[in-house]
Amino acid sequence: MKGYELYTAIAYLIVGPFIGGLLDGIGRKITARLQGRIGPPITQPFYDLRKLFSRKLDPVNRLQLPLVTSHLLFAIMTGFLIFEGSDILLIIFVLTLAGIFLVLAAYSTGSPYGAIGADRELIMMTAYEPMVILTLVGLYKVAGSFHFGDIAAVGKPTVLYLPGIFLGLVYILLMKLRKSPFDLSTSHHAHQELVKGLTADLGGPALGLVELSHWYECVYLYGLVFLFFSWNPIAAVIGTVVTYLAIILIDNVTARVKWELALTSAWIVAIVAGVGNLIPFYLIARGLH
Amino acid sequence: MSAIEKSPWLIHYDASSCNGCDIEVLACLTPVYDAERFGCIVTGDPKQADIFLITGSVNNLNIPIVKNIYEQMPEPKAVVAIGACAYSGGVFAECYNVKGGVAKVIPVDVYVPGCAAKPESILDGVVRAAQILVEKKKAMKKTKRAPAAAAGLEAKK
Repeated sequence: MKGYELYTAIAYLIVGPFIGGLLDGIGRKITARLQGRIGPPITQPFYDLRKLFSRKLDPVNRLQLPLVTSHLLFAIMTGFLIFEGSDILLIIFVLTLAGIFLVLAAYSTGSPYGAIGADRELIMMTAYEPMVILTLVGLYKVAGSFHFGDIAAVGKPTVLYLPGIFLGLVYILLMKLRKSPFDLSTSHHAHQELVKGLTADLGGPALGLVELSHWYECVYLYGLVFLFFSWNPIAAVIGTVVTYLAIILIDNVTARVKWELALTSAWIVAIVAGVGNLIPFYLIARGLH
Repeated sequence: MSAIEKSPWLIHYDASSCNGCDIEVLACLTPVYDAERFGCIVTGDPKQADIFLITGSVNNLNIPIVKNIYEQMPEPKAVVAIGACAYSGGVFAECYNVKGGVAKVIPVDVYVPGCAAKPESILDGVVRAAQILVEKKKAMKKTKRAPAAAAGLEAKK
């Protein structure tokens, strides 16, 4: 069992960026078609990445590149630990640390746009973090284990036990993937009020590293979605694809919200859908004793 | 095919244009013209841009800004001067504060004609600039130097 999970984790390291890049490319294509455009080829993200890495490295200071590299390493590590079937609690810490490194990289540039983007990213982190913890607590309640390996092999339709938590997870996925209406800190759309926000002044290979870690993030986040349907492979694929398409649709039909609304709504969703979903588990546990 | 040709990222600056050309530049991004199918992304950050789209005749106040954007862009880079004003100052050429053309401030690679320039010709200019980027990249590999310096354009500053 353990050896099998290690192979999954190694496969994630190698195949992860290709899947992440394709998810990005397909997303851009679907977005274009929704808007009545032809859109870029689905391999466009790979061309972008290749170009970014072919650029001369010209960081604005000595700190920027180590911070961005750490962001990549910890993003990879989060996914590696998830696919390796590791402990939930460890993953929460590594996931947060990965986000913090990107914020520090943005602050280090000294760009005012980068600083506001970093402020907003911190707010988004406080917005989504409670729901991340509730998601993992919910998975623990269903599987009775803190290990992702056991959660994946639980054999129960997790999503039916945790419908509220699943909705909450999709809500924060919009923040984590920086999709509209929560693309406050930086956006892939042209002409936004913060120019490039979080990634301002990150040029060439530094931006390439941020893109690459975003792809790794995409894969493990959709991996989490996959876990909710993991009792049946076909249901899991359908569930993940539908979630992916729903997120692209929401990205296209919503306008960017202010940070107050993003923060309060995320916490309300976490409390209502997340905690509300967990209460029955505690009531049942009480009744049994 | 070089990667830079498939993903030319743009930065757009209005150097005292009447806004006509700028509206046409933005029209390139709309569903009708769809610049993204060539891999173009309009970024506001010169450090991430490959092609500089500049409109207007350039006046004395925005010379430092134009130079600043140009100098922040990494090599190889291309400049597309859009419209009659960016070429010669256009109808504003005789004004007391007008420099009269982008080329008097920074080296220009592609001129897009028109007053205002049509979105189709702007897209054509961007695609040509992407090809120029490939050539510049090859030249950079040969000489191990930035092409602008190699062409002796430093003297214009």
